[in-house]
Amino acid sequence: MQKLLLLGDEAIAQGGIDAGMSGIYAYPGTPSTEITEYVMHSKEDKSLNIIASWGANEKTAMETALGMSYAGKRTMVCMKHVGLNVAADAFVNSAITGANGGLIVVAADDPSMHSSQNEQDSRFFGKFALIPILEPGNQQEAYDMVHYGFELSEKFRIPVLMRITTRLAHSRSGVERREIRKQNALKLPENLKQFILLPANARRQYKNLLNNQPAFVDSSEKSPFNILIDHPDKKMGIIACGLAYNYLIENFEDHHVPHPVLRIGQYPVPEQMINNLYESCDTILVLEDGAPMIEELLRGILNKGKTIKGRLDGTVPRDGELNPNIVALALGLADTRGRDIPSLVTSRPPSLCKGCPHIYSYNALNEALSEFYKGRVFSDIGCYTLGALEPFDAINSCVDMGASITMAKGAADAGLLPSVAVIGDSTFTHSGMTGLLDAVNANSTITVMILDNGTTGMTGGQDSAAVGKIEGICEALGVHKDHIRILNPLQKYHEENLAIMKEEIAYKGVSVIIPRRECIQTLTRRMREEKKKQATDKAEA
Amino acid sequence: MKKDIILAGVGGQGILSIAAIIGTAALKAGLHLKQAEVHGMSQRGGDVQSNLRISDRDIASDLIPFGKADMIISVEPMESLRYLPMLSPDGWLVTNTKPYINIRNYPEMDKLLAEIELQPRHISLDADEIARNLGSPKSANMVILGAASPFLSIDYLELQEAIRNIFRKKGDDVVQVNLDALQAGRDVSEKQMN
Repeated sequence: MQKLLLLGDEAIAQGGIDAGMSGIYAYPGTPSTEITEYVMHSKEDKSLNIIASWGANEKTAMETALGMSYAGKRTMVCMKHVGLNVAADAFVNSAITGANGGLIVVAADDPSMHSSQNEQDSRFFGKFALIPILEPGNQQEAYDMVHYGFELSEKFRIPVLMRITTRLAHSRSGVERREIRKQNALKLPENLKQFILLPANARRQYKNLLNNQPAFVDSSEKSPFNILIDHPDKKMGIIACGLAYNYLIENFEDHHVPHPVLRIGQYPVPEQMINNLYESCDTILVLEDGAPMIEELLRGILNKGKTIKGRLDGTVPRDGELNPNIVALALGLADTRGRDIPSLVTSRPPSLCKGCPHIYSYNALNEALSEFYKGRVFSDIGCYTLGALEPFDAINSCVDMGASITMAKGAADAGLLPSVAVIGDSTFTHSGMTGLLDAVNANSTITVMILDNGTTGMTGGQDSAAVGKIEGICEALGVHKDHIRILNPLQKYHEENLAIMKEEIAYKGVSVIIPRRECIQTLTRRMREEKKKQATDKAEA
Repeated sequence: MKKDIILAGVGGQGILSIAAIIGTAALKAGLHLKQAEVHGMSQRGGDVQSNLRISDRDIASDLIPFGKADMIISVEPMESLRYLPMLSPDGWLVTNTKPYINIRNYPEMDKLLAEIELQPRHISLDADEIARNLGSPKSANMVILGAASPFLSIDYLELQEAIRNIFRKKGDDVVQVNLDALQAGRDVSEKQMN
């Protein structure tokens, strides 16, 4: 077959389609979003009847995938690294239930925090849950590993974690496809108690998981993705995980590394392979994108063995994404950095789009709060987090999905009045609703501003689960309907809007303000599509 | 043959359409390709870049090593300078001189242009003006690509063919104006080199 030019994300999606996946579930999050989007927009999605859908959050997506696996079909669930925190309850327990149909959990990590609030390394989550992990080193491997991962998952009846990073997710290269495999038939687990984690069952299942660990290690030892490449210069041996291998070989003429190299793409770590490398070399350099996981394992707490170089001894920076230069310096090669950036070049942070409804909402909120001292606005994850920057300087927190409402409640409990939460519509249905219920039950004095632009904006305008439901949800959670106020965030309604904001900020109880106007990006896209459709209709007529 | 190219600009300026045309032409020529893009938060008016690597041999890293880029192609003057650490000592800087000002402390234009003039191998042109004069302000990207074309080691005819392929759906007029923009950029480049 002809090679396709695919992003790492798209290669995973195409791999799923071709490997007989029946469903893919996700909540949008950079850099994972394009996996599910690719399936949604692919022709095969329809002809093969693959279900591709956004869940309200990563936990619901993970559980839905587990249900599909229970029914015997191959399924994938995708999220960004911090999404795995949200899905953690289901994820960790899915290791105890095990899988029936193949189940791959894709976590897209973001070292260097290009679009995230931390750079946690999802391999720790896989290790914590005691399941196999796959870490592709290029787009072709990302595609191949989906086929391999489903087989591994069905062989051991265990979910498999696929860990990627931003660089692979958003880099394009040629990928060779395989024939499309037929989807699994509906088939219940042989043991209908497998998924019942009552303590008596769970203990048995957990023992089973523990007993399987040597088999997982054995699979890693034999994996086509773990390769020990022997070379004569044994003064140093190198362990390179995932993309780090590419950065390593980039530094040598003809990609020929003089030292022995252990390339790792499957975990648990292949103990015997690591031992062979360790025994044959004087020192070991560990190159891994993310946290020093293998490096810590090798050093142990006493670090009394051979010298282990990596992120912990400063050979490689402790934080941030790897690149060819960092690896060159770690190898003692020359720094090839070119000319300095001239001092007149200034930073250009992202900003809210021209015509974005959030611009009005923040300006109005700043004005409504101007009589109070600053420092009382708790915000959340989305485009509106840019309210932290000039010219708005309007918010004081951004922690995790939904934390605006609950942090505002905690601050109000402590006596900070007024206390305001700012959250987007999609973030509200992701993780804000439960916090609002807490606030209602405690009759907290907080004002929650739900910025409703009708979409999941920051990740590129995916459908929001909240559309048409926000007032109903707030009222059902117990917010008094007189204190659920909908605004049109436009300057021409400013006086009316400002009065409403001031009234609700002064109210002693839970109030909700909903500035509602469509995202300028999705609006532009919709208009363009409508125009195109009109043109085609006209041409056909 | 290998060409490592940094494409630079501001989120929303469409540097990926330049990448798409070079990429299409490179694949047609049977070359290997890797292209790292920026998605997510920075696309909202922030600085964005793409690492485009083309080679007749296997490409290892998705990222170009510092000091090894053969050229920087930028649709915005200040952004062209942000990636100088990536540029090889004998690499080319090809940049638009029309600024995109969405920050308060944008540098003074004369100082910025002087800094570009200091670069040993550079081509600078007001691609927006050239595109406007051709009656197609949206084709500034193709003007810049045209200005970069003498350094790409890709047959000019292949670039034209890629433009035809990519813009075909939009009609013959759109194809032609983009071909004209490509040629106009190339003309400026050839004049500046002589």
